[in-house]
Amino acid sequence: MTDRRSNTLTLGMIALFVYFLLPLFWLVVASTKTTGDLFSSFGLWFSQDFSLLTNIRETLTYDGSVYARWMANTVFYSVVSAGGAAFLCALGGYGFAKYRFRANGVLFGLVLGSVMVPTTALAIPTYLLFSKVGLVNTPWAIILPSLVSPFGLYLMRIYAADAIPDGIIEAARIDGASEFRIFFQVALRMLAPGLVTVLLFTLVATWNNYFLPLIMLNNPDLYPVTVGLAAWSSQSVGGSGSTGALLSSVVTGSLLSVIPLIAAFLLLQRYWQSGLSTGSVKG
Amino acid sequence: MKTDSPRPVRRVRRGASSANPAATGYLFVAPFLLVFVAMLVLPLGYAAYLSLFQDRLVGGTVFSGLDNYVTALQDDRLIESVLRMARFFVIQVPTMLAIALLAALAIDSGLLRFAKVFRLGIFLPYAVPSVVATLMWGYLYGPDFGPFAQLADKVGTAAPAFLSDGWMLGSMANIVTWEFVGYNMIILYAALRAVPHELYEAAAVDGAGAWRTAWSIKIPAIRPALVLCLIFSVIGTFQLFAEPNLLQRLAPSVIDSAYTPNLYAYTLAFTGQQVNYAAAVSFLLGLVIVIASYTVLFVTNRRSRA
Repeated sequence: MTDRRSNTLTLGMIALFVYFLLPLFWLVVASTKTTGDLFSSFGLWFSQDFSLLTNIRETLTYDGSVYARWMANTVFYSVVSAGGAAFLCALGGYGFAKYRFRANGVLFGLVLGSVMVPTTALAIPTYLLFSKVGLVNTPWAIILPSLVSPFGLYLMRIYAADAIPDGIIEAARIDGASEFRIFFQVALRMLAPGLVTVLLFTLVATWNNYFLPLIMLNNPDLYPVTVGLAAWSSQSVGGSGSTGALLSSVVTGSLLSVIPLIAAFLLLQRYWQSGLSTGSVKG
Repeated sequence: MKTDSPRPVRRVRRGASSANPAATGYLFVAPFLLVFVAMLVLPLGYAAYLSLFQDRLVGGTVFSGLDNYVTALQDDRLIESVLRMARFFVIQVPTMLAIALLAALAIDSGLLRFAKVFRLGIFLPYAVPSVVATLMWGYLYGPDFGPFAQLADKVGTAAPAFLSDGWMLGSMANIVTWEFVGYNMIILYAALRAVPHELYEAAAVDGAGAWRTAWSIKIPAIRPALVLCLIFSVIGTFQLFAEPNLLQRLAPSVIDSAYTPNLYAYTLAFTGQQVNYAAAVSFLLGLVIVIASYTVLFVTNRRSRA
C-alpha cells in the first residue's frame, strides 16, 4: 500500500462528524422556518419560506428587546469574569512557578485539591452568603464566583515554569527591574498562549453557566442568555395559544447565542490548542 | 537560585521585596488566594456550619449536630438520585471517553483525510451551552416535530419514546456525550502529540501495526491525560443540573424534583425553603465527589504500578 490513508477510518470519522454536527445543522435549518413550518415540514431540511431574517427580528424585538439585553449581559459577565480569572491565574501561576517562598507547596496543594470541589455544591451556600450582604440580584453575584479557577491556576503554573526561563528573570533583576515590572513587561508576553487558553475556557464556563445565574438572579433584566432562553422555552411549552410564536424565537435565540463562542474558538484555535497541550501532558 | 545573582548589584537597591525576591511571591499569589478563600473556602465552611443547624417550628433555628446528615443518609430520594447518577456514570463516561479516545487516536494516526476538519467539528459542541444543547436535543427527541419521529412516521413505525421513563437516562446520557466528547478528545489529542515519536519508529521497526502501536504505546503514554478526563467526568456527572432541569419541563412525570442530587439540593433550598438541609445535601454531595475522584486516582495509580 502506497497510500497510508485509510478509507475505513475516514468513513468512521464521517459518521462521528455527522453525529456531532447534525443537531447544529438542525438548529440552523429550524431558525429559517416559521413556527407553522417547524411542525409541518421535515426537520432536517429547509422549507419553502425562508424566514430567518423575520425570526431574527422577532427574537431581537420581542418583549422590549429583552433578548438583546440578555446577550449583552452574557457578554459582560463572561468577559469580565474571564479577564479577571485569567489575570489572577497568570499572576498566581507565575508566583507559584517562579518564587520559592516558604508556603509555596502547601498553598498550591490546597488550591489543587479544590479542583475536585464541585462548583454547584458551592452555589447554594454562596447564594446564602450573598443574600446576607446584598449581592444577590446584582452582576457581582455572577462575576465574583466565576473569578476562581483552580484548574486555570494549575495550568498557568505549569505554563509559566516551562515558558519563562529563570535566566531571563535574573537578567532583568540585574538590570534593576522591579519584580512586578518583570512580570508585566517580560513574563506576561511569554505567557500569552496559556493565558488565552485560560481566558477562553473561563469565558465558556461563564457564558454557558446556568445554575449560578438561575439561583442568583430573579430580575429578568439581569439574566444571561442561558437563563433567558430557558425561561422562554418553559413559556412556550407550558402555555397555550399565543406562545407558538415564542417557539421560533427560542430556536433562533439559541442559534444566535452559540455563534460568538464558536467564532472565538475557530479564530483562536492556534492559541488554545497549544495552551491545552501543556496542561494535559504534565498532568 | 537565591545565591546565583551577583551580590553587589542587589545591594544597590533597598526594600523588602528586592532584598528577598522569594517573599515577593506572596504578593503574586495573594490576589488569587484572596478570591479563592472568599469564593471557595468560605462558602464551603458556611455550608458545613449551616448543615449543623435545623429550622424547627418551635424554637426557630437550633443546633442539631449531625442530625441533618443522619436524615440525608436515610433519605430515600437522595440515595436514589445518587444511585441514578452512579448508573448514569457507569454507562455514559466509558462510552464518552471511548469515543473521545478513538477520535483522538484516529486524528493523531496520520491515516485520516481532513483530520483538522474532524478535530474542529467534533470539538464544536463544547462551545454550545448545556441549556441550548438540551433545548436542541429536546426538540430532536420530541414526538411532535422531531426528525426522528418524522422519519419513523414515514416508514410507518413509531420512534422510541425518548422522553419516557425507560429512555430518559439514556437520552440524557446522549446529550452529555454529545456535549463533552470533543473537549475530552482535545485533551487526549494534545497528550498524544507530546508522545516522543522515536517510540513509534521503534515500534514500526519491530513490525507493530497502527492498532498495535495505539494499544501498546500510545494509550499507556497518555494515561495521565485519561485519568484527568475521568476525574473531570466524575465531577461533571454528580453535579448534573441544566439537562434534567430543562428536560423536566418536557417530561414532568418522568423527571421528579430529585432526579439528580443537584436538582434535589436546588429544590430543597428554593422551593422547600429547607436551607439547612440543602446545605447538608450540598456538602455531602461534594464529599461523594471528592471520594469518588480519589477512588479513581487510587485505582488507576495502583493499576499502573502493578
